[in-house]
Amino acid sequence: MIAAVQKLSKRFDPAVVTAFGCIILLLLVGSIYSRNFLSPEYLLQQLKVASFLGVIATGMMFVILVGQIDLSLPWVVTVGAMMSSALASYGTAGAIFAIPFGIFCGVLIGLLNGFGVAYLRIPSMIITLATNAVAQGLMVVYTGGFSPQDSASPAMRYIATGSIIPSVPNALICWIIIGSITVFVLTRTTFGRSVYAIGNRERAAYLSGLNTRRIVMLVFAISGGAAAFGGVLLAGYASKAAQSMGDAYLLPAIAAVVLGGTSILGGRGSYLGTVAGVLLITLLQSILSVMQMPEFGRQIVYGIVIVLMLLLYGREKRLR
Amino acid sequence: MKDWRFWFAEQRGTLMAVAIFVVMFIIYTSNHPAGFSVNVVQTAANKGVLLAFVAMAQALVVITSGIDLSVGMIFTLTNCLASILVTGTPLQVTFGVIAVLLAGAICGAINGAIVIFGRLQPIVATIATGAVYFGLALALRPTPGGTVDETLADALTGKLFGFLPASLVTLLAVILVVWVPFRRSVAGRAAYAVGSSEPAAYMSGMPIKRAKMLAYTISGLLSAIGGLFLTFFTYTGEAAYASGNAYTLFSIAAVVLGGVSLFGGRGSAIGAVFGALAFRTIGDLLFVFDFDPLWQPLFQGVVLLLAVSISAFGLLRVRNRLEWFG
Repeated sequence: MIAAVQKLSKRFDPAVVTAFGCIILLLLVGSIYSRNFLSPEYLLQQLKVASFLGVIATGMMFVILVGQIDLSLPWVVTVGAMMSSALASYGTAGAIFAIPFGIFCGVLIGLLNGFGVAYLRIPSMIITLATNAVAQGLMVVYTGGFSPQDSASPAMRYIATGSIIPSVPNALICWIIIGSITVFVLTRTTFGRSVYAIGNRERAAYLSGLNTRRIVMLVFAISGGAAAFGGVLLAGYASKAAQSMGDAYLLPAIAAVVLGGTSILGGRGSYLGTVAGVLLITLLQSILSVMQMPEFGRQIVYGIVIVLMLLLYGREKRLR
Repeated sequence: MKDWRFWFAEQRGTLMAVAIFVVMFIIYTSNHPAGFSVNVVQTAANKGVLLAFVAMAQALVVITSGIDLSVGMIFTLTNCLASILVTGTPLQVTFGVIAVLLAGAICGAINGAIVIFGRLQPIVATIATGAVYFGLALALRPTPGGTVDETLADALTGKLFGFLPASLVTLLAVILVVWVPFRRSVAGRAAYAVGSSEPAAYMSGMPIKRAKMLAYTISGLLSAIGGLFLTFFTYTGEAAYASGNAYTLFSIAAVVLGGVSLFGGRGSAIGAVFGALAFRTIGDLLFVFDFDPLWQPLFQGVVLLLAVSISAFGLLRVRNRLEWFG
């Protein structure tokens, strides 16, 4: 029996198992509260909402895996949303290039972050904070401080709200595609293995002949691109961009990655865990709103749940 | 001679912050339409001290190589609490002030307990507790409102002897009463040691847990003083998410400008205070040059970006490439 458990825990990360256990628990609690909670429509709706966070958290996971953090996420999300819908208002050509342009802007900010972290050796927490402020400044100047009037292009709306396969939301398909690529990259490519190596000890990775600086810069570019694509999806979902629409995604993205068992110090974690973390947070938010809990209660429960779950399995080793 | 050099090397970050502030403030006042007058200084001081208190709070935690992303939320929570408690008879006001400060210290202590005994990473733990504190603030003040004792508020935000901003005097008093004794105590030394190298501090038998706990608790207390002052300036309490968040972010910026190393063990809260004052002055520079206020966030961001990039010049001194990786 014990041997079986040990074998199982070797095969599966205990953090991921706990996270999925909590998801099932949340579903049970929810189904007691409301009968609709386990209906396919409701679950698909949850998956659709989760895919926005999922796409954004994917980028954050790469950054956390190399042992850094990307605090520029809120305004990169907003930049992605605003720039893509801005281009969408420039006729047909604009509408075609709207999505790539939004992602491109995010990648640019990510490259700037990456250059600062990898080549200038500025702590990631600082440089991403600064680029976040710059991105905010640029957007405030561009929009004049109001919500922009441009609306999302039909293509953006389609990938966020349409469904190419009946009853399966396109946003979910986007997340599945991005997730599959991420799993492939992280587990089957040199780049992915390098990401883990750098997260464990950048010095050792450098001495093993990896071009660690270029990889770290690329990782930040990926994070920027993913955040901007998340913004594009959100703009398509709401059919327009809004000021500070990304603010609500920074904490959930970090929390999702960390709740999924990825070490905030880098070098350890699986994408399956991030998926679990994203689902967990989306379900938690959904249950709290179904229970019609006021905003203050949601914030309190949200914070307490994150601390408790991390105390369950996210603790560091005792100093010896 | 030797002693003087060591002192200079230790205080370099703080002195840089003082220099940046002095230069910025000279540019600011020399271009201000009213010039270098008592009122200009008082307004600037009142704006600056809020961030200065929060930056000091952040500096204490950063010195132990942690980070506190909940300082802005403790600031908001204590602002809301003060708008309820600090009113009525003088006795009630006194107890109200004590209760607000105590609440801040408790918030800080909770952060400390989770980080030290829960062994969680400070960055994630304080993000989560920050959400809780903001929730509490929202519960206390669903809509902006409340009052504060106006005599006390006016006394602490006005002028002493007709020219000295009372808020600056309070800031100085807090530095002398809270920071200096902490810096000179065993726990304060241990806080620096933990920041430099936790395993080494542990091996040397330093009181690690006490030092960290004290740092987090005092950090909460300082944020609460900031929250109290915000109430004195605005006469109301407001659970504003954006403002709390901004104070957290600005406090990190101020700490960096103030020469406190984010890796811990270097810098001082006094540097952070000057970093905060410099950051506020930079933000206000645009107004004296008659720019559109719309450009303020961009200007602040670019200045921040340049300020943090300056540290990259240290790379030119690196002899061995392995030093890149700390």
